[in-house]
Amino acid sequence: MERYQRHIVLSEVGQSGQDKLSNAKVLVVGAGGLGCPILQYLAGAGIGTLGIMDFDIVEESNLQRQVLFGMTSIGRNKALAAKERLEDLNPTITIKAYPEKLTSKNTLELFKDYDIIVDGTDNFETRYLINDAAILTEKPVVYGAIYKFEGQVSVFNYQNGPSYRCLFPIPPKEGSVANCSEVGVLGVLTGIIGSMQANEVIKMILGFDDVLSGKLFCYNSKTTQTSTINISRNEKVFEDVLSGRNVLHDNNLSVSCDSPIQEILVEELYEKENIQFIDVRELHEQPQLDLPNCIQIPLNRIEQSLDQIDSTKTNIVFCQIGNRSKTAVGFLQKQDINNCYSLKGGILALIKHLKIQTS
Amino acid sequence: MQLNIKYFGLLAEITKCNEEPLNFSETSVSELLDVLFYKYPELKTKDFQVAQNNEIVTEETSVLGTEIALLPPFSGG
Repeated sequence: MERYQRHIVLSEVGQSGQDKLSNAKVLVVGAGGLGCPILQYLAGAGIGTLGIMDFDIVEESNLQRQVLFGMTSIGRNKALAAKERLEDLNPTITIKAYPEKLTSKNTLELFKDYDIIVDGTDNFETRYLINDAAILTEKPVVYGAIYKFEGQVSVFNYQNGPSYRCLFPIPPKEGSVANCSEVGVLGVLTGIIGSMQANEVIKMILGFDDVLSGKLFCYNSKTTQTSTINISRNEKVFEDVLSGRNVLHDNNLSVSCDSPIQEILVEELYEKENIQFIDVRELHEQPQLDLPNCIQIPLNRIEQSLDQIDSTKTNIVFCQIGNRSKTAVGFLQKQDINNCYSLKGGILALIKHLKIQTS
Repeated sequence: MQLNIKYFGLLAEITKCNEEPLNFSETSVSELLDVLFYKYPELKTKDFQVAQNNEIVTEETSVLGTEIALLPPFSGG
């Protein structure tokens, strides 16, 4: 077929390799910064069945890096918008969109229908869910993750290789690692790391020897430095997951927080009296709120700093955009400190509001 | 022993460098971490793995290599 001619002329691929790609079933979880280039190259390569899972909606701030989308995609579900774009790119393959969240209820059933799972998610909760479900269903996972200018790539659970938990056994403390929307990310980095993930998928399907299993590839786009770290398989990790100590069966191992959390809008602050602001970001984060009634307690220290919180005051907890502060308020509510609210939109919303008020 | 310590992700923001040389005379990774925690107290609050000469090691491992890397998990996508 003309479409795959550039693949077929490669002696390492040929018609037989192209047939393997056509017979492969790959599920990509997350159609964001990593998911878009992954999906674009896998669809182009003629992966026979391509699953796309994402519950999220396309926003304008996604277009800086999420290359499958354009202005007309804004407001649409990412999985559905990606499917439409990819069907134009390659109408000869089957594309299934799942416009929903990956949960402990739907994961196992879904994974069974695919040969390879690609992790293009943006949070630890889903990453550990993917890892544990992949162990239970015996599926390899192509992992990619980014932080600002740095990326990590690996292949887990492949031919008796290590899993993500062999590298990072337990989810990090809640809020200790900020996500892209809070810290930012270089758009092109997601293209580099996502493309490397697509490459590993294709290597596995073609049966190449040197799949990135048992190795963590680290790339810094600012310094162009790379490191490859060897990871050993830890049998205990697999035994634990297989015996039920995993996020699918034990909610205590999950990083999610389900309790209803009190939030407040910037505009509603005027209705409150005796306000105490609590900044739960790391100490170095900018911009700072220069007010006498503001104290700094980074999220990961809140447990040891409860004595600094005055429950007779109206505690307004904030971070950069309102995610970590929600975690903090959830924790405080569990300690029966109920006069606390997470500031929606974080300090960025507050400063924007104050600028409007003073201009 | 002269070590080269590499910091990844948000750890490099705490140390304000991607790598640095360090003179070290103790024996274990755990003792090395104590030195680093003393120098950079904020590191103690972070999750990361330690690699020695590109192999993940535990805190009990002896420091024999020259290249130490501190690797935090990334969640972004």
